[in-house]
Amino acid sequence: MFGFGDFWVAAAYILCILSTVLCVVYGLKHWNDDEDIPAAVHPPDENLDFEETI
Amino acid sequence: MNLQILLIIIGVYALIIGYLGWLGYKSTKSASDFLVGGRQIHPVIMSLAYGSTFISTSAIVGFAGVASMMGMGLLWLTMLNIFIGIFIAFAVFGTRTRRLGAELDAHTFPELLGRRYNSRFIQGFSGFVIAVLMPLYAAAVMIGGARFLEVQLGLNFSLSLFIFASIVVVYVFYGGLKGVVYTDAFQGTIMLLGMIVLLAYTYINLGGFSSHQALTDMAGLVPQKLAADGHRGWTAMPEFNSKLWWTMVSTIIMGVGIGVLAQPQLCVRFMTVKSSRELYRALIPGSIFILIMTGAPYIVGSLTNLYFMMKENKIALAMVMDPVTGKPNIDKLMPVYIGYAMPEWFAYLFMITLLAAAMSTLSGQFHAIGSSIGRDLYQQAIAKGKHQQRTVPFAKAGILVAFVGTILLAYNLSPGIIAIATALFFGMCAAVFLPAYISALFWKGSTRLGVISGMMSGLAAWGIWVLFFHEKESAALGLSKMLFGKTSLVTRTTWAVVDPIMVGLPLSALVTIIVSMLTRKEE
Repeated sequence: MFGFGDFWVAAAYILCILSTVLCVVYGLKHWNDDEDIPAAVHPPDENLDFEETI
Repeated sequence: MNLQILLIIIGVYALIIGYLGWLGYKSTKSASDFLVGGRQIHPVIMSLAYGSTFISTSAIVGFAGVASMMGMGLLWLTMLNIFIGIFIAFAVFGTRTRRLGAELDAHTFPELLGRRYNSRFIQGFSGFVIAVLMPLYAAAVMIGGARFLEVQLGLNFSLSLFIFASIVVVYVFYGGLKGVVYTDAFQGTIMLLGMIVLLAYTYINLGGFSSHQALTDMAGLVPQKLAADGHRGWTAMPEFNSKLWWTMVSTIIMGVGIGVLAQPQLCVRFMTVKSSRELYRALIPGSIFILIMTGAPYIVGSLTNLYFMMKENKIALAMVMDPVTGKPNIDKLMPVYIGYAMPEWFAYLFMITLLAAAMSTLSGQFHAIGSSIGRDLYQQAIAKGKHQQRTVPFAKAGILVAFVGTILLAYNLSPGIIAIATALFFGMCAAVFLPAYISALFWKGSTRLGVISGMMSGLAAWGIWVLFFHEKESAALGLSKMLFGKTSLVTRTTWAVVDPIMVGLPLSALVTIIVSMLTRKEE
């Protein structure tokens, strides 16, 4: 198949491409999907984001 | 290759890296910026940073060499890298990690685990394990980058090592994770370009897809020793249950990196984006990147057999025969092929591709080790969360410790240990972190004690197996020989080739489950 010596290598070759297609299609399908951004339940560390930390 | 042209290209490359590191520095205003890129990184940048950290130089050069020997069956690894390393990692693990990270206000991978179970011990212990073992992996990548400068620019190795590591540490130190991901994205783009050109040029040169059939027709030329081990040609899987089949399949299982899902420097990338939407969008560039970066070396590596047969009437292994040892050195395959088959300008592009691959992996490692030492181990575990206003200075101090420690390791470790360093680290991540990470994300019933016991037993089992049983590693580390006079306690048995993951991971998972169930009521 496709010049490959056995089915399993041809399958791997095609599945590489299909997996990428799956990622692309899934990414496009969920392009605008979002969840509510959760509020931090852990109490923020005091002064963690204080600018003088740099 | 013209040294002056190469120097100019490296100079321009270094200037761009410097500029991107400076951009990271300018936009880093808080500890959150420094540790998780302010949770505002663009999905394309995040996915390229993830991919370029994932793929190091040895992946490109080493994988192609292995494929020239084993053939295209290794494409299963590419398929699983995309499906597990990108699809499952981003859409399943990534979205949960990002959400939990935001809920818990976690800034590092150990902090995610620690806060999930409300345990400074878990955070400190995880930070400690990363701080001690990741430098081994970083030293291996650093040596790869330094060898490049040594060979290409004719510099002394020690000086190359110092220059290479210093450039990386400067932009990690000042730019934090923003500096890391900006430079990673640029380096990832170069890597992608280099591999696309290599793949396209090779296919065009060898007659496109008809080259598959031509390579299949060469099956009779497989060396006798390989054929006896189960090799059935470069476009077929090895014979089922043969020695080569086991090597290939276990490589695939290991390479998929059961451990890839629990690599601290990769998991932290999921916490750099604003919402799940960004992770879904990142699937697109991320999957294309991994398809090309891992697919191209396997396909091109296998096809070099056809190329060299047409040009020199030899298979690839015969082209890289070491005159001293009389054995093939497959790491030389890629440089030899590029010297033969590719136009001169590509050699420059390939050199920069390799440099980019090494730098992008090392920068993520320096950042992960530094934040583990400064944030997780010292500030959260030892200082019990005090001095929050000094988070960034602590992380920066950690990065400097990582820099010095890794350089010392790179200078002093024996080549045998460097060769197994990556596998050691990947195995450890799987045994220690994977059950804890999966439990944290998906199992509400998991308990603090369950996770601590699982991590400890995973580390102990993995460590004992590495030191005394798995011969490839126990022989290089030497403790078994010193104490018991043999390189492995189970030498010359099948147990000596059973990978430490196979022992550490199931044990760690089992202990996590059992202890969690036993202690659920108490917690």
